Amino acid sequence: MIKLNDIHVYYGGIHAIKGISIEVEKGSVVSLIGANGAGKSTTLRAIMSLEKPKEGSITYKDKDITYEKTRELVKNGLVLVPEGRHVFTNLTVEENLILGAYLRKDNDKVKEDIKWVYELFPRLLERKEQLAGTMSGGEQQMLAVARALMSKPELLLMDEPSLGLAPLIVKDIFEIIKKINSLGVTILLIEQNAKVALEISDYAYVMETGKIVLEGKGKELLNDENVKKAYLGA
Amino acid sequence: MSYEIFLQHLSNGIALGSLYALIAIGYTMVYGILRLINFAHGDIFMIATYVMFYGVTMFFMPWGVAVVVAILLTGALGILVERLAYRPLRNSPRISVMISAIGASYLIENLSIVIFGGRPKAFPIPEFFNHVSHIGSISIPRANFFIPVITVVALIVLLYIVNKTKTGMAMRAVSKDYEAARLMGINVDNIISITFGMGSMLAAVGGVMWGIKYPNLIPLLGLMPGLKAFIAAVIGGIGNIKGAVLGGFLLGMSEIMIIAFLPSLTGYRDAFAFILLIAILLFKPDGLLGKNVTEKV
Repeated sequence: MIKLNDIHVYYGGIHAIKGISIEVEKGSVVSLIGANGAGKSTTLRAIMSLEKPKEGSITYKDKDITYEKTRELVKNGLVLVPEGRHVFTNLTVEENLILGAYLRKDNDKVKEDIKWVYELFPRLLERKEQLAGTMSGGEQQMLAVARALMSKPELLLMDEPSLGLAPLIVKDIFEIIKKINSLGVTILLIEQNAKVALEISDYAYVMETGKIVLEGKGKELLNDENVKKAYLGA
Repeated sequence: MSYEIFLQHLSNGIALGSLYALIAIGYTMVYGILRLINFAHGDIFMIATYVMFYGVTMFFMPWGVAVVVAILLTGALGILVERLAYRPLRNSPRISVMISAIGASYLIENLSIVIFGGRPKAFPIPEFFNHVSHIGSISIPRANFFIPVITVVALIVLLYIVNKTKTGMAMRAVSKDYEAARLMGINVDNIISITFGMGSMLAAVGGVMWGIKYPNLIPLLGLMPGLKAFIAAVIGGIGNIKGAVLGGFLLGMSEIMIIAFLPSLTGYRDAFAFILLIAILLFKPDGLLGKNVTEKV
């Protein structure tokens, strides 16, 4: 579904991503694990055109999207749930959802979808008139995911959905990710919490200092000695 | 002071306050979205009065048509200023954009002196507004009734757009978080243009009414009202539309009242606005309706 070909990204003089290639099959859950500063977020940002790769290409549904505008990508079913949630704290929950569907013109369908995400996240329904900034971290994360779903994504990119959340809520979030995937949405996920991520992943890549150092099926990496040592704390 | 004279001043205060409020909204909207003080805003307001003048005297437009043209052209000018002076500096330090704003202001003022000439011109006032109502012993020019009404209507329309429409939601989203807005597919540059356009159109509405009350047009006429409206926006809590309106009314009203009650201080009229600003900021540094924002990490 999406394919990154030897991508290089620089921040000024710093070579943040040094030629990575990733492929995500339609319908799968793929995760990108690695330590802080490995370049995981930058990879997702490059996909969404928030950073411009200096070399390499990105193809999505067999089309080159390396330098496509972010809003064109959103229109074509790519969406990113950013690290740190970034919900619009000064808007209500419902307004956040409406903006998630900003580019959609099918207003009736959007209304139905709002109902649908409320079914998926009943907590959000209770708080629909509340300002997003007044909710807890876990609720904001749910809102960030719900907002992304409102754009009708085919490929959902998620940057650290478990960041700063209590273990029980992390479990909830990953249940939801599985559910979303079962509805046919392809998922590319970044996680520091390698264990939970690998458990639900069909395939995974391990990143270190801007490079892919290891890749394989989720279950295999879960049992890999190196991964265990470095990321699973075994 | 008799009750009648007080009412007379009250009506003047409301009218002046409305005008400050209309201009202040433009400052506050732009600040809300770009964290920039648009120093050219007072000059954009001035241009509206000259468009009216030339529209009526040179192109013989009916007054109402000239108003529409002035509002549209002024809106376009606001968008143009943003395109040329601010957008190229989007990723520059804030101080650079501020200097560019000051430059834009001087450029418009001085170009206007060259193009329009420095000699005062008379704002075209239609017959309709020459009427003065006499209620008991007080006399109220018709403009004093219309100015607050038009201000309130403009404000209702604006608040509807900002709070109820998708574009308004996008404006609020952009003001909070550029990047997240971009991730929703929002065209951030367009939303910023719309914000400048709307702020400038409100300034144009203010300009037309300003001309009716103070028909003496000079290219620097935007300076003082611009500065005062900026103060009004800060008093109310910059970034907050209702705050700008509150600040505008407060400033206009107190300016008129200080002269009314203490006529010997008339010469300090403008200084008073600044004193009020300092006094309010000493007690409420974020302005009257400004929120004390605590960043959650």
